[in-house]
Amino acid sequence: MGRKTVLHDLHVALGARMVDFGGWDMPVNYGSQIEEHHRVRREAGVFDVSHMCVVDLRGAGVRRFLSRLLANDVGKLWKSGKALYSCMLNDAGGVIDDLIVYYQGEQWWRIVVNAGTRDKDLAWMRRCASEWQAELSITERTDLAIVAVQGPQARTHVASLLEVEDREPALSLGSYEARECGLWFVARTGYTGEDGFEVMLPAEEAPSVWRALNAAGIASCGLGARDTLRLEAGMNLYGNDMDESHHPLESNLAWTVAFEPADREFVGRAALERLRAAGVPHKVVGLVLEERGVLRAHQRVIVPASGNGEDAGAGEITSGSFSPTLERSIAFARVSRTVPDAVQVDIRGKLLPARVVKLPFVRHGRILINL
Amino acid sequence: MSQVPAELKYAKSHEWARLLPDGRIEIGITDHAQQALGDLVFVEVPETGRVLEAGAACAVVESVKAASDVYAPIAGTVVEGNAELAANPELINQDCYGRGWLMRVQPASATALEALLSPEAYSAVLASAEA
Repeated sequence: MGRKTVLHDLHVALGARMVDFGGWDMPVNYGSQIEEHHRVRREAGVFDVSHMCVVDLRGAGVRRFLSRLLANDVGKLWKSGKALYSCMLNDAGGVIDDLIVYYQGEQWWRIVVNAGTRDKDLAWMRRCASEWQAELSITERTDLAIVAVQGPQARTHVASLLEVEDREPALSLGSYEARECGLWFVARTGYTGEDGFEVMLPAEEAPSVWRALNAAGIASCGLGARDTLRLEAGMNLYGNDMDESHHPLESNLAWTVAFEPADREFVGRAALERLRAAGVPHKVVGLVLEERGVLRAHQRVIVPASGNGEDAGAGEITSGSFSPTLERSIAFARVSRTVPDAVQVDIRGKLLPARVVKLPFVRHGRILINL
Repeated sequence: MSQVPAELKYAKSHEWARLLPDGRIEIGITDHAQQALGDLVFVEVPETGRVLEAGAACAVVESVKAASDVYAPIAGTVVEGNAELAANPELINQDCYGRGWLMRVQPASATALEALLSPEAYSAVLASAEA
């Protein structure tokens, strides 16, 4: 048996199909994964992401600590309430995890990391804090649940559950901003490519909030829909699209690495500078399958003219699925930097044509590639 | 609870087989299988004329989540694949024992179905898997 979130029994009562996800029993769908996907693109859906790990960092030394720990620059966070997406790297530039850091004031910062990496992340942070003699406390908030409410109608519905005085400020939050609303922490972040809130709240409140959202017409959505939504939105999944042996510059995450200011020393910087100077031979691109079939992680990508070898252009799919919005199969693939637009993918021994496209595939309900 | 129609025979690997009036056998995947797979988005049925061994992979059904092999419950020769599934794989979710059939096979042996599970025996397989 895996670990359970506070919403576990409610998921089961709602008819969810439960699966193991990084050691947690989580809902993959409540009937139709495709229907849940469409609900989020068109209206709103609610996801239980309480398996993710909330870590609070408090103390005078947090800014300096994070400035060294993270590849993105917390120097960009100067206004209380702002948040930042970043990778946490090892010395070789490999990705230990990706995370969001929320700045709530010089004494209080909050980080949310992935479920499957929780233990190693905490161990890494504590080790760095101790080695650098950072003045801070690191607290895992197992008392909180996280519900992600996503979709064009999501924010209005969440706001209606807040105290009257919190509604306007919550609705005024910009993208990647967060604020405390009583005991709730409301963040305008997400993993679907739609507008919405991620709400961290006392675990015991989560089931009644979930039911209230359902009663307002918001669909319960499982991790299955979450995966196809994030894939369409061009968002990486840790462990698939990057990991400790794949650095950000070859994982479509170069935009999250702040090389400027040049004097900010962060873990992995020296390695990434060497890699950048030598030239990074690979990149992650989007693929659309031109025929029927489904692209999946680890299928081989081949450049037709170059044969089947490990030569120029050859690569591998890192994440793939069926896109409910495009009604085609789509994928991310790590390929040669010089890959042409037309490639082939080896699906069970058959070579099927696929096209390289710019990510993302879909944002805010709109298809952004030519079909 | 998944449906297990009384008039069919079953394989442990969650395929069903139906004896047609002309002696051919219609094959599909069970309600339990389609529920476990979730929304189907791609189906690859075998070509007509392909010779199947019992227990060999003979088709692929892919849901949003994953690809799964379908195993031939009996030996025989494929006489027809369900062409409708190419454009409408969701027929398997909607009607797995009817319009969602996968293939029709001329059995190698007239007694092929006897080796398969009865509805009661297949239900017992499902019950023990869920327990």
